[in-house]
Amino acid sequence: MIAVESVSKSFDGGASFAVRAVSLRVPARAFVAIVGDSGSGKTTLLKTINRLIEPQQGEVIIDEEPVRTVAPHALRRRIGYVFQGIGLFPHMSIAENIGITPRLIGWPEPKIRARVEELIDLVALPRSYLARLPAELSGGQRQRVGIARALAARPHIMLMDEPFGALDPVTRDALGAEYRRLHESMRLTTLMVTHDILEAVLLADRIVVMRAGAIVADGEPRALLSGHPDPQVRTLMDMPRRQAERVRALLEERARE
Amino acid sequence: MNERLSSALRVLPDYLSQHVLLSAASLALGLLVSVPLLIAARRSARVRWPVLAVASLIQTVPSIALLALFYPLLLGLSSLCKRLFGVGFPALGFLPSLLALTLYSILPILRNGITAILNLDPAILQAASGVGMTDRQRLLRVELPLAAPMLMAGLRTSAVWVIGTATLATPVGQTSLGNYIFTGLQVEDWVWVLFGCGAAVALALLTDQLLALIELGLGRRRPRLAWTGLGLLLLGVAAAGVVPLRAGRHAGYVVGAKDFSEQYILASLISSRIRAQGYSVRERTDLGSVFAFRALAANEIDTYVDYTGTLWTNILHRTDMPGRRRMLQDLRVQLRRRYGVVLLGPLGFENAYVLAMRRGEAARLGIRTIEDLARAAPRLTIGGDLEFFARPEWRMLEERYGLHFRAERAYEPTFMYKALMSREVDVITAFSSDGRIAADHLVVLKDPLHAIPPYDAVVLLAPKRASDPVLRRALEPLIGAIPLKLMRHANYMVERPADQRTPAQAARWLARAAHLH
Ligand SMILES: Nc1ncnc2c1ncn2[C@@H]1O[C@H](COP(=O)(O)OP(=O)(O)O)[C@@H](O)[C@H]1O
Ligand SMILES: [Mg+2]
Repeated sequence: MIAVESVSKSFDGGASFAVRAVSLRVPARAFVAIVGDSGSGKTTLLKTINRLIEPQQGEVIIDEEPVRTVAPHALRRRIGYVFQGIGLFPHMSIAENIGITPRLIGWPEPKIRARVEELIDLVALPRSYLARLPAELSGGQRQRVGIARALAARPHIMLMDEPFGALDPVTRDALGAEYRRLHESMRLTTLMVTHDILEAVLLADRIVVMRAGAIVADGEPRALLSGHPDPQVRTLMDMPRRQAERVRALLEERARE
Repeated sequence: MNERLSSALRVLPDYLSQHVLLSAASLALGLLVSVPLLIAARRSARVRWPVLAVASLIQTVPSIALLALFYPLLLGLSSLCKRLFGVGFPALGFLPSLLALTLYSILPILRNGITAILNLDPAILQAASGVGMTDRQRLLRVELPLAAPMLMAGLRTSAVWVIGTATLATPVGQTSLGNYIFTGLQVEDWVWVLFGCGAAVALALLTDQLLALIELGLGRRRPRLAWTGLGLLLLGVAAAGVVPLRAGRHAGYVVGAKDFSEQYILASLISSRIRAQGYSVRERTDLGSVFAFRALAANEIDTYVDYTGTLWTNILHRTDMPGRRRMLQDLRVQLRRRYGVVLLGPLGFENAYVLAMRRGEAARLGIRTIEDLARAAPRLTIGGDLEFFARPEWRMLEERYGLHFRAERAYEPTFMYKALMSREVDVITAFSSDGRIAADHLVVLKDPLHAIPPYDAVVLLAPKRASDPVLRRALEPLIGAIPLKLMRHANYMVERPADQRTPAQAARWLARAAHLH
């Protein structure tokens, strides 16, 4: 379980807060989506969990253990992180990129090689790509590698920051569904930042809405879809529903013709 | 083959290997210094700024001055070290050159490295932390590899600079390809000058290309290419390392020479006489005027020829002017007492500062002595060598005769004579043994007030060779055996515009003419 306890982070010495007194509990094996406008503090919140950002106040506890008591590199080797900008190492081959965390931990080479091949299959890329450099892949293919890299050392927790952002809608949908299956089969706990509310509704068990550094809504997709006291959250949740209704209307029209 | 070219080729292994070793050591040390600085500077602007500022400042110091400045510094350190631990180290030659060139090599490596590291994509750096790298792992696995191409480019710039600047190590007593250039310039042997430049350029280009190969190998992830480049570089350095080892085993005696023709000729004469005793000899030429004596006192060279007036003012720092005989006697005692250096005796000629004019001009103005000159001086321009106007002799001339010229100009000696002949100047500070005095039909002005001290050429022996029987057997016959006329002619053979001879040829002629064998 991940427990975020009234965490605050300011980048300007307290004049404004990227994240302000946020508390969040994510039970093991949950799939939580974090949505919100850009600049609302989603990335900052995610990074306080694996200590890429240290909060000024509050603390993060994973399985009873405050993360500040764990060495950052050790903590991060246990948590998969998919970066918003992917962040593949340009001078390393795809195989080296995927195998980096196991190598840092000190897995034996044959085991790393086997794991890398398993993962490239898992994210549905041809094995021949393993020898390539990131620059030789398309944006979507790189995003798959980013996910494979995060999964490599068999973490129990996955933090994903807009992991499907650079994909075309079809691939995006397919990869999202594939990941959801991985989440189940690997018994992962997933926190996924997305700006696509429809994606959140379709993939997550629970949606957290952020605004100006605070959580303004937190609930199951179905509950949020059926109404919320905050008018802005309502507008936000209305969007997928309205879209779905229009699609249905269109389909019915065609059926009548 | 042309005698000058073949003589240039004969010393090539020595000059080239020393040049390569000096440059390689400087670059290696430069890398060793700049990489940790780079690592310290990569996070903190507080370190970055002063480090870059100092490195840039060093770069603006003229290279020759930087080389020269290390000498007094090392001399001080050496004597301190001697007092504390009982052992000193040579303040001349390799060490000051190495330190100066190392300082020069730092800036390009540092500047490129810092630029490279500052320009690394922050997202990549955060990803490195995010996948669980420690600070050190991030440095070694991500930052340095990504900065490597820029770093290599910096190293290449450094290498080219260092190899070029290493030619300036010659005057502080470090043999390099610069010996060709300095010697060639002195004796107006343009073949040697060009040979030296060509060799330095070729070496710089070759090194640059090998480094480029490494860079390419790193950039394209083709380790074999990088290893090939590195291997060839190391092979070159190793080969250069073998040459002095082989020479060192046989080199019995080291004969020094300052940086002008007469010194080359006398060094050659002395060398051949030692060789005739069955011992091997190495020459270290182009030593700066002060450096030569220091090198002798430090036993780095075994013998060379210096001049009484120079020793009197520059080494003993005396300003009084006793007669020729007293000066010689005092020098003999004082040099022995203070430095352990033996003054074997005078060669028989003087190479003094004299004032010289074109014969026609002197006759027209009715000038025969410096007293005559003083009257005409306000309308005349004087040309001196690079140090003359800063020397006590000049002050004494000014005082005794009340000399005031319209203008004073300093020249490198070769160009000083040309300036006189082309009437850019009217009077020059010639050397009395210079062959050009006779050849250019110059008149030497008399010094009735004895303002200029005597400059008798004397043979000096290093402390450790004070009673060396071989040197004494070889050199004692030279004492009093070389009259001014012969020395002048030998100098002229080397410097004349046509039918030029090498110093070695002139030395052979001089030995025959002076009935030495
Ligand atoms: N490293 C940083 N330095 C300064 N301000 C930052 C930094 N990272 C984020 N911020 C600011 O914090 C706020 C929240 O940013 P972020 O968490 O990246 O938002 P989101 O991921 O929701 O778009 C924004 O106003 C952003 O400008
Ligand atoms: Mg973000």
